[in-house]
Amino acid sequence: MKAIKKSPIKTSLSLLALALASSTTMAQELSITVTNLTQGLHFTPVITAAHNNDNQIFMSGEMATSELQAMAEGGDISGLANLLTNADANINENPAMGLLAPTMSASFSLTSDSANTHLSLAAMVLPSNDGFVGLDSWEIPEDAGTYTVFLNAYDAGTEANDEIRGSGAPGEAGMPVPPPLDASIGMNGTGITDMESNDKVHIHRGSLGDDDMAAGKSDINNSVQRWLNPVAKLTITVQ
Amino acid sequence: MFTFTHQKKISQKLTRQLFITSLLTLSLAACNDDYENKAVEIITPEEPIMEYNYSVTVTNLTYAQPLSPIAITLHGDTKMWQVGLPASIALEKLAEGGDNTDFIALESNLASTTSEGAVPPGTSITLHISTTEPMATYLTIVTMLVNTNDAFSGLTGVDISTLVLNQEKSWSLSVYDSGTELNSEAVDTIPGPADGGIGYEATRNDIDLVGYHSGVVSQDDGLSSSVLTQAHRFDNPAVKVTITRTK
Repeated sequence: MKAIKKSPIKTSLSLLALALASSTTMAQELSITVTNLTQGLHFTPVITAAHNNDNQIFMSGEMATSELQAMAEGGDISGLANLLTNADANINENPAMGLLAPTMSASFSLTSDSANTHLSLAAMVLPSNDGFVGLDSWEIPEDAGTYTVFLNAYDAGTEANDEIRGSGAPGEAGMPVPPPLDASIGMNGTGITDMESNDKVHIHRGSLGDDDMAAGKSDINNSVQRWLNPVAKLTITVQ
Repeated sequence: MFTFTHQKKISQKLTRQLFITSLLTLSLAACNDDYENKAVEIITPEEPIMEYNYSVTVTNLTYAQPLSPIAITLHGDTKMWQVGLPASIALEKLAEGGDNTDFIALESNLASTTSEGAVPPGTSITLHISTTEPMATYLTIVTMLVNTNDAFSGLTGVDISTLVLNQEKSWSLSVYDSGTELNSEAVDTIPGPADGGIGYEATRNDIDLVGYHSGVVSQDDGLSSSVLTQAHRFDNPAVKVTITRTK
């Protein structure tokens, strides 16, 4: 038996070739389905992005950006989309073409560039003052396969949870009520609270609601529009 | 063979090769004998019947929600319910009344079992299920939280074909709402001990789509017409399931 010694040059060349091959295969084709698991909440237009590890659209325990606040209080994702575009993220906006109704799913494809190794998602939940369903920087697996991630509801910490009809504009009190939700949301609530003492992004404590559609403290229906976590399921197929 | 043992100069390798060659020759000779003396018998090799056994432990994680008799079934690649689709009538009967008879009897089941009775809060039960059916590689487990209108917990269409012997797998399960009955929590609408009311009712007066449950409100937390108290509230997860392949 004759031992064959590998030439060191050959070895380093083949390693380089491997490195090149793996970096080119890092760009990934993702098929994503977002499912609203709840029976009583609508999601406003969903924004999903593959981005690099240095960026985050939100972070528990940190103050919300004004862009996150606009999404969480009024469902406006344009600010987040601008931030992500400037960060060279790969973005999908509004896959449900409007509200994602209770128990419904929306599917879309996303091609992530090699530097965009992490996935995030956000959408406001209705009815709420500043509640949103969120995914913060989930590392996209390199191995092909189907992955399931369950998502919780967060509170942006930017508005008091008064649970009464009002405005979706950032900094203005009350909950936005788009026409499809009008009939399911109560009236004349006196307000649960006007305080928001935790101004950091945190897990939402849930809505209280009440059982009076015409009066009471809250305009939220307590036997329909409360929730338990998780509120959404993300199914990600890496091809 | 005897002669080879005296030829010590021959390498062992060669010995082995020659030995194998002689064996082959012998067996070929034997085959020839068979062909000459007997009618040829063609035997198609049959797959040995494989039996797969599983033990399944179900733990009730809630404070005061007994679980209705646990149904466990094995079947092909299908799901017995899905978020965003209406519940089957069999599932509706189970989710509203805790009766799994129809669910167990579904034609798609290739194997099934049920616990004898309800599983009280804070307790576990272990059930065994076995099958010789090679297609029975998907698992469904389902049970009602009986102090509710139509809450159930479970998992469905989970591929267990990759479980090797003695391998176990666990899940913490969330609570679904079958979407077939309003969560009124009203007197006479809840079959569990909190009310002793009506279970299955054919009329569907909710959104008729399966989703995750929003929890019970109770009379103590603002639903004045509720027969439930703070004790009946629950959160996710409500049930823990562990499956072990035992054969």
